[in-house]
Amino acid sequence: MRSDRSASAPLGLKIAAIGGLLFLHIPILLIFLYAFTTEEKSYQFPPPGLTLQWFAVTWNRPDVWAALTLSVKVATIATAIALVLGTLCAAAVSQTRFFGRETISLLVILPIALPGIITGIALRSAFSMADIPFSFWTIVLGHATFCIVVVYNNAVARFRRVSGSLIEASMDLGADGFQTFRHIILPNIGTALLAGGMLAFALSFDEVIVTTFTGGQQSTLPIWMLEELIRPRQRPVTNVVAMVVMLVTFLPILAAYYLTRDGDQIAGAGK
Amino acid sequence: MSALATPAAITPNRPGLTGRLSDFLWKHPHVLLAILLGPPVLWLGIIYLGSLFALLLQSFFSIDDFSGLINYEFTLSTYKQLLSDANFDIIVRTITMAAVVTIFSALIAFPIAYYAARYAKGKWKAVFYLGIMLPLWSSYLVKIYAWKLILAKEGILTWAFAKLHLLWLLDAWLALPIIGGNSLSVSYTGTFLVFVYVWMPFMILPIQAALERVPGNLIEASSDLGGTPQQTFRHVLFPLALPGIVAGSIFTFSLTLGDYIIPQIVGSSRLFIGQAVYAQQGTAGNIPLAAAFTVVPIVIMGLYLWMAKRMGAFDAL
Amino acid sequence: MTAAVLFENVSRHFGAVKAVDAVDLEIAAGEFFAMLGPSGSGKTTCLRLMAGFEQPTGGHIEIFGETAEGVPPYRRSVNTVFQDYALFPHLSILDNVAYGLMVKGIGKDERRKAAEDALAMVKLPGYGQRRPGQLSGGQRQRVALARALVNKPKVLLLDEPLGALDLKLREQMQEELKSLQKSLGITFVFVTHDQGEALSMADRIAVFNDGKIQQLGTPEDIYKRPQTRFVADFVGSSNVLSSATCARLGVPAKAASLRPEAIAIGTSWAEQLSLPGTVTARSFLGATNRVSVDCAGEKIIVASPAAMPVPDIGAEVQLAFSRNDLHLMEEA
Ligand SMILES: Nc1ncnc2c1ncn2[C@@H]1O[C@H](COP(=O)(O)OP(=O)(O)O)[C@@H](O)[C@H]1O
Ligand SMILES: [Mg+2]
Repeated sequence: MRSDRSASAPLGLKIAAIGGLLFLHIPILLIFLYAFTTEEKSYQFPPPGLTLQWFAVTWNRPDVWAALTLSVKVATIATAIALVLGTLCAAAVSQTRFFGRETISLLVILPIALPGIITGIALRSAFSMADIPFSFWTIVLGHATFCIVVVYNNAVARFRRVSGSLIEASMDLGADGFQTFRHIILPNIGTALLAGGMLAFALSFDEVIVTTFTGGQQSTLPIWMLEELIRPRQRPVTNVVAMVVMLVTFLPILAAYYLTRDGDQIAGAGK
Repeated sequence: MSALATPAAITPNRPGLTGRLSDFLWKHPHVLLAILLGPPVLWLGIIYLGSLFALLLQSFFSIDDFSGLINYEFTLSTYKQLLSDANFDIIVRTITMAAVVTIFSALIAFPIAYYAARYAKGKWKAVFYLGIMLPLWSSYLVKIYAWKLILAKEGILTWAFAKLHLLWLLDAWLALPIIGGNSLSVSYTGTFLVFVYVWMPFMILPIQAALERVPGNLIEASSDLGGTPQQTFRHVLFPLALPGIVAGSIFTFSLTLGDYIIPQIVGSSRLFIGQAVYAQQGTAGNIPLAAAFTVVPIVIMGLYLWMAKRMGAFDAL
Repeated sequence: MTAAVLFENVSRHFGAVKAVDAVDLEIAAGEFFAMLGPSGSGKTTCLRLMAGFEQPTGGHIEIFGETAEGVPPYRRSVNTVFQDYALFPHLSILDNVAYGLMVKGIGKDERRKAAEDALAMVKLPGYGQRRPGQLSGGQRQRVALARALVNKPKVLLLDEPLGALDLKLREQMQEELKSLQKSLGITFVFVTHDQGEALSMADRIAVFNDGKIQQLGTPEDIYKRPQTRFVADFVGSSNVLSSATCARLGVPAKAASLRPEAIAIGTSWAEQLSLPGTVTARSFLGATNRVSVDCAGEKIIVASPAAMPVPDIGAEVQLAFSRNDLHLMEEA
């Protein structure tokens, strides 16, 4: 929709839009504020004083470090699996014409379209039926399953723009399948894959519902947070962890945004 | 160019395995398709769909009341149990909440999407986009935690009401039946606020996408023809944005329907579907009933998606 | 001498759609060959069969005497200038042009030199460091040409390469392509739906319709002696006389073609054929007047030199022409 004539919005709309954005952002800002509060026992507002001491306390907490390490490991491996599977699927769906494409798209989207609890409980009961013990790998399995769609969506959108004639042009000029993949396909979808990987990482890093069902004794950072939410014991430490989690998820999102923004310009330039 | 000899009309393939493999895959595109599709389809088909079917199958079994073991015989008794008064209440409560959350999400999301689609340009467009994407993607648990801070008795909301000398209003609200409670963090109002906060961003982008496809001059044409802003909204803008709203509502509705963490952390002790599933499979150990409960959101979302598809909402995704 | 491209009874069917149907074709080495036909007539599919993007569902294809079925595009010394140019958006112009040499493993310096030469040949010297997005349509088209020619293909395929250019640029490119082809001696196979383009550039033309070749010949053959009503209509140059009209002229035939400029109005000599008719319309076209004459229900167009007097609409006239200008057709 182009706004050609009326340059400025009606006041009511402006207020509603900005109010809506504030509604989205004020709670996030509060998280940053509370990480510095001197109050230990309650969620008092305004904070009676500000301090940096909780960062030091959190830094020295082995349980937080263990949870963080586990989360990063799970997210890294799940992202790697999702990258491979999502890209393969996107390539098949966009580069060849075959009867079941719609079904495939649905299959990929299903794990995230259905409520997380369904995915979680289904995997849990399947694992126990198959006598698979809950472990690091069962968490990874669950995460990879719902991360595929993020990679897939990014890759399909880009594949669509790498028009079929680019691949034909490459083959026409003497490049075989592998050379075409390396010199033409990969450079053109690279940033989309990176963006998809970033989002998959953020998704996995933050996931809690499926993890509660597929994890055993291990606790990822979100599981650690969840326990603190249900039974608050370490309020100041939780405040700091919440802020760190927020930052860790912000960075991949920002990176993904800049990657796809540039990528679209690159891929669109040939048209 | 003279350095290059004139080639033969048909050149031999590249030496080595890759050359031969490349030729083979080119001649047999079905093999290539199978190689591409095999891993993801096996993964999703076996791990995911397999688990899902196994779960649904269990809803047709029952639990032995005495031993607590699963009785592997086909029965519909679990579904009868699902429709018992107590469980039916849970279902109705969850659907009502999902519907109310969806409506309010649409109300809050619409102005943001409209502004972003029609008035935000250049740098502001990016600001709006990130301003929507960051809360949408940022940590689910931290967002809930933020609301725990806000809704706490000593938190910012109470403080704000006190500063404005409006505490009586808050107390009056909490005194209301059903939606009130001891404090906001243990009331349906609190649950509702958190639901709207967490799922509303999913409503904005589809509406924005739908609105971006409306030519701007359509709206101007309407006002040129003497339509008041209300008429323009009702007869032009709203119908055109509707597919986007429906697409967004798929997310808000489905996500609210299946959530069990938000009502557990902020809310009363009365259960939602997600909590019931969690309790049945966990403490109660009644997997068949838990499975039957999961069928409810699946069926509702199936119907919802079918309706949405008929309204053309998928084009707005 | 072996043909550059040989089609023997080649078909490419997509389910029920016979995109190319039992085509026989022989393109000589060094020839400028045009494939002319309306949209959907199977020209592009024929080209893709030569390039290797499509496999025939029947028949046999040879390129310079070697069997081409089952040979992937990257192993054929055949290069294509694509209709949308298909330049690689992530590579510089120089890397685009050098791409074919790069994948063949030719050293950096050598391929750089070759690519620069090729760019100079298409009159784009010094453009190597730009990106495809920074060039105009005409310039991209030249890059696509350089990218194909740098590989010294044995056959160059061009799929409506001038379709996206404006008229002036198109005429300029027609001349350049023609002279390039002459100087390089490479076989060009050129697809177009513009009969003027085909007639002015090609050594020989194949006219396509419905996946079949309607007529194959020199531009003069096609222009002066269309063998089917379709060719006459499509090339747009000739009147097609029905069998009834032929019978009235005393020439037994299913149909016959007659060029408008071969007809005179009014005078007739003894050795000439003549037809009576009524003038229904006329228009001035500069060097000629175009006159429509109704001859017993059949509309015949006459191109009469501007110097000749033009009869009024409704006038009864005699059309006169030589028997030699009447070309009999095999089909109606
Ligand atoms: N991949 C394909 N699948 C199905 N039909 C096709 C395919 N390619 C071409 N066709 C059909 O074959 C016919 C000839 O197409 P084409 O060779 O592109 O014609 P032209 O280049 O003369 O316009 C058309 O009817 C077209 O729809
Ligand atoms: Mg074509």
